[in-house]
Amino acid sequence: MTRPLVKQSVIPGFGVTLGFTLAYLGLIVLIPLSAVVWKTTDLSFAQFWAVISEPRVVASLKLSFGASLIAASVNGFFGLILAWALVRYEFPGKKIVDTLVDLPFALPTAVAGIALTAIYAKNGWIGQYLEPLGLKIAFTPTGIMIALIFIGLPFVVRTVQPVLEDLDKEIEEAAASLGANRAQAVFKVVLPIILPALLTGFALAFARAVGEYGSVIFIAGNLPMVSEIAPLMIITKLEQYDYSGATSIAVVMLFLSFILLLIVNSLQAWTAKRTGREI
Amino acid sequence: MAGGIATALGAKSIRGNQRINNATTESPWVRRLIIGTGLFYFTIFLLLPLGAVFVEAFRKGVDAYLAALVEPDAMSAIKLTLITALVSVPLNLVFGVSAAWAITKFNFPGKRFLITLIDLPFSVSPVIAGLIFVLVFGAQGWFGSWFLDNDIKIIFAVPGILLATIFVTFPFVARELIPLMEAQGKEEEEAAIVLGARGWQVFRYVTLPNILWGVIYGVVLCNARAMGEFGAVSVVSGHIRGETNSLPLHVEILYNEYNFAAAFAVASLLAVLALLTLLIKTYVEWKAAQVNAQHKED
Repeated sequence: MTRPLVKQSVIPGFGVTLGFTLAYLGLIVLIPLSAVVWKTTDLSFAQFWAVISEPRVVASLKLSFGASLIAASVNGFFGLILAWALVRYEFPGKKIVDTLVDLPFALPTAVAGIALTAIYAKNGWIGQYLEPLGLKIAFTPTGIMIALIFIGLPFVVRTVQPVLEDLDKEIEEAAASLGANRAQAVFKVVLPIILPALLTGFALAFARAVGEYGSVIFIAGNLPMVSEIAPLMIITKLEQYDYSGATSIAVVMLFLSFILLLIVNSLQAWTAKRTGREI
Repeated sequence: MAGGIATALGAKSIRGNQRINNATTESPWVRRLIIGTGLFYFTIFLLLPLGAVFVEAFRKGVDAYLAALVEPDAMSAIKLTLITALVSVPLNLVFGVSAAWAITKFNFPGKRFLITLIDLPFSVSPVIAGLIFVLVFGAQGWFGSWFLDNDIKIIFAVPGILLATIFVTFPFVARELIPLMEAQGKEEEEAAIVLGARGWQVFRYVTLPNILWGVIYGVVLCNARAMGEFGAVSVVSGHIRGETNSLPLHVEILYNEYNFAAAFAVASLLAVLALLTLLIKTYVEWKAAQVNAQHKED
């Protein structure tokens, strides 16, 4: 006797819904994505390596990952502070701030890109005051970082906020009554509890930043070796009809995002374990 | 006498509260510093760019603003963006509901893995999302020569834009509904079946009312991304003015032509769309919290 693979259920529709789900997933996501893998098999490893080790490609990968790391760190630090302010304190305009935090999710990236350029270009809103000080932001890697901070802003706030809201005040009261001062209670009791959520938000912001294109290309200036991001290199290769070159860079990026996805998943499992809440 | 005791007790409890409050919150100046830092970060990185869109859009006056929006290329970009959303959102809605139904109402092996696969498009760079469709349907792609022989254009044409948009907006509805329907369980549906309801009736009268706000939430977010997608669409569109130019791509073209006021005018349309999205999202969250509270009271 074999055990049925699917437990019997009185609810109808299993075959239809799962069948449609798998077919649609296959057609829209899996088959097209496998095209990348198929295309790389056209290349020998030597050819693949030749593309990946081009100085311009190496510089773009370094820039994409480096700028994303810095941007995600900035978002980690300030995002935690903003989440703390939104959960623990009352201040005028709090509701509006809370609503607008999600703006980078909803605002098209091209719009963010031209707006940031208008602010940081040398005759821009902020740029005109920084230019005399010798600080250039637009058309430099710093500008890229600013764009990546913008698009990653909601992640840390939105992962830390619910954990902080659910946090039992009694834990802090216990810490205080056992003689901890406020700083000790925050850094030794509260922070360890929200750390997994903070790291999850950081990793999500980082992953999003690495692949980002629209908000960056306007402010980046796109100078070879200086301010060209990896997604732009893929587009440059495509415009030269160098499909294998574009695919090689895509494979490297897909591989690294896949590792990031695994890290995010285990961080979320850690958050769930530490706080007892599902994510 | 009694009043005296109450006052004494009251006074004591107030003092007690104060002590606990001091132990579990920060001193006023630390509090101000944290709020100030949070708001500074929020203003510089988020509020300022939003404001810049609208100020720059009206820099050359209301007439120039309106002219940029009614100009034929802008109108055709608006049309293409609406078509894109009208095709991709309903498809992903049907997919999301059906995936959530299969995943939450039944037990089968590989469920976790399936959920991870559904989330996959979120972790793929938009540029790569465009690239994969060029590799499948482009002139040198898998089916490229067949489509070429039959004179069907997918890449650098509207179908390519639709496919790329469907890909990047793929998970929105599903990932909203799966946790929601998971939490609601399947007892209500099972009861309806036992009472004699047919499959479709169960969905229409039992499940749908329970997940309606979740559906709206997912659709609104899916729509915002469908209308605003830039990277993926940019790779497959070919940037043909009046034909394969969506609103975000039109913003780019105007901007690269140094037609800044017009670029920001079109961008402001998209910014209004984003603000509307956030407004509906907040309303739905508020509504869902209300429904939740009511359930708890029942």
